[in-house]
Amino acid sequence: METIMIILIGVLVTVATYFILSKNVIRIILGTALLSHAVHMLILTIGEVKKGEAPILGTDGSTYTDALPQALILTAIVIGFAVTAFVLVLAFRTYKTNGTDNLEEMRGDDYE
Amino acid sequence: MNNLIAMPLVIPIIVAMILLLIRRKVILQRVMMTLTLLGLIVVSAMLVQGVQTSDIQRLDFGGWEPPYGILFVADGFSTLLVLMACIITLCCTLFAFRSFTRKFEEMFVYPLILLMLAGVNGSFLTGDLFNLFVCFEVMLLASYALIALGGRSIQLRESLKYVITNIVASWLFLVAIAFLYGTIGTLNMAHIAQRVMELGPTPLITTIALLFFIVFSLKAGLLLFFWLPGSYSVPVTSIAALFAALLTKVGIYAIVRTFTLLFTTSGTIVHQVVMVFAVLTVIAGCFGALAYKDLRQIAAYQVVIGVGVVMMAVVANNESAYEGAVFYLMHDMIGKAMLFLIVGVMIYVTKKTSYADMSGLIRHYPVFGWLFFIVMLMLTGIPPLSGFIGKMLLGQGLIASGSYVLVAISFASSIVILLSLLRVMLQAIFGESNIAEEDKIKLSPWLVAPIALLGCLSLALGVFAENIVPYVQNASYVLVNPQVYIDAILNK
Repeated sequence: METIMIILIGVLVTVATYFILSKNVIRIILGTALLSHAVHMLILTIGEVKKGEAPILGTDGSTYTDALPQALILTAIVIGFAVTAFVLVLAFRTYKTNGTDNLEEMRGDDYE
Repeated sequence: MNNLIAMPLVIPIIVAMILLLIRRKVILQRVMMTLTLLGLIVVSAMLVQGVQTSDIQRLDFGGWEPPYGILFVADGFSTLLVLMACIITLCCTLFAFRSFTRKFEEMFVYPLILLMLAGVNGSFLTGDLFNLFVCFEVMLLASYALIALGGRSIQLRESLKYVITNIVASWLFLVAIAFLYGTIGTLNMAHIAQRVMELGPTPLITTIALLFFIVFSLKAGLLLFFWLPGSYSVPVTSIAALFAALLTKVGIYAIVRTFTLLFTTSGTIVHQVVMVFAVLTVIAGCFGALAYKDLRQIAAYQVVIGVGVVMMAVVANNESAYEGAVFYLMHDMIGKAMLFLIVGVMIYVTKKTSYADMSGLIRHYPVFGWLFFIVMLMLTGIPPLSGFIGKMLLGQGLIASGSYVLVAISFASSIVILLSLLRVMLQAIFGESNIAEEDKIKLSPWLVAPIALLGCLSLALGVFAENIVPYVQNASYVLVNPQVYIDAILNK
């Protein structure tokens, strides 16, 4: 299971990197969203995916899955959600003010 | 257990929420801002004193004993930085009262400043690595909004780059945390330190350490500062000053904390990497400071030089160097805030950004002209101003560790700082004025007063260094002896 997850994470990071390297702002934002999904899955995988028991006191202590990574992921998802929402609005405003969504045309500070 | 430790984070957030509700009542917002920041200064001064007289203090949230719960830790280094952050924010806000337009003040600028301060203070105080990530994000989200506030075309362009760079950096931070948790099985800083010490510098741990170093370098503007000059030169003056004074310092704090407590630099590749990064940062910063005629760019590259100089302490890794670093950080926060405010005022009164187009400002604004002189001496490191002692201690530490080349580079960078600011001084401040008496923009004393206040602070830091050094020594003692920190968290 872990091996499949790791391969999937690799695919996600590859696609995300490809997106981030493009010039279109929306593609870059999609890329960052994919990146954050990849890292959430990485944290999940690192906590070992499935062992059996639910992490409840009183059951056999040796077989349950570590619950902490899931708490970390939950926090990271919320933060990622807020950041993505913000950056989408920012990209929209930038597009309206600058009249372009191409980062190549937004470089330098030669015009204002 | 001391509930006071959480206050530098809790108070700004609560007040920010209240300020959201009274958006239109600008005067009330200003009064509450000032009172809150004054209160925060008192609280953090109490924390500094508490850590000095007793010992490292901690607050376990929900009563979960470390290493299981999230906790806040107040030690000498973090409390001193919290105190400075609150003081600088107060000065920049006082400046902001006069320089913001009403429309700006109604667009939630004060709550955002408070939220950013909450994130900064939280990053200084937290004792949990994942919590550090969360506090970073609180700070960054507020800064994303602040940098774009105003909505000018160039602001939006630069903020988009700033945001995307930081999203990728935060992603790397999460990856590093994931690998660390997978390897060590804990996120409590003291507990990590203990386990890393037991395992020794295995290749995996060194890799993770390097990953953390890259992440924090991006945030601190250490070598990876490509985003810094652009994004620090576009926001309005007082916000740019806050950024320059606070944001990179959080990155520096994280690097110093990580490589004194969590991972060791000695005998690993990390040591060389830190050294190369620090040297290249100083050199690149010097080139930048000399290359540009745009005042905002010059000021931004001064920040870069400062980052590189502080990082040399991590290379030297001894008590004197860390004393220098703590002192220099405090000085640097004051100095960079003051420089950015002054540059903002210069652009405001002349309506130009290049110093080559300015001349003879001292004829019209004598007090302001001398303040520029003071900030120049201060950043260069002339006694009795605050820059001198930090640089001297740092130099002593570097000599003690045998890194003579680094001593030469860090002191040569002072000369470059002097040169770059002296050119501005001779051209823009001295000389014949090119503004006619009737065209002169009146400079409100309320704009000059916060700058003068920062100048006085710097002078006080230099003159009363004797009284401040015990606090700095206490801070660097913990940095040099991480076992003290670990014992205070885990074995008490």
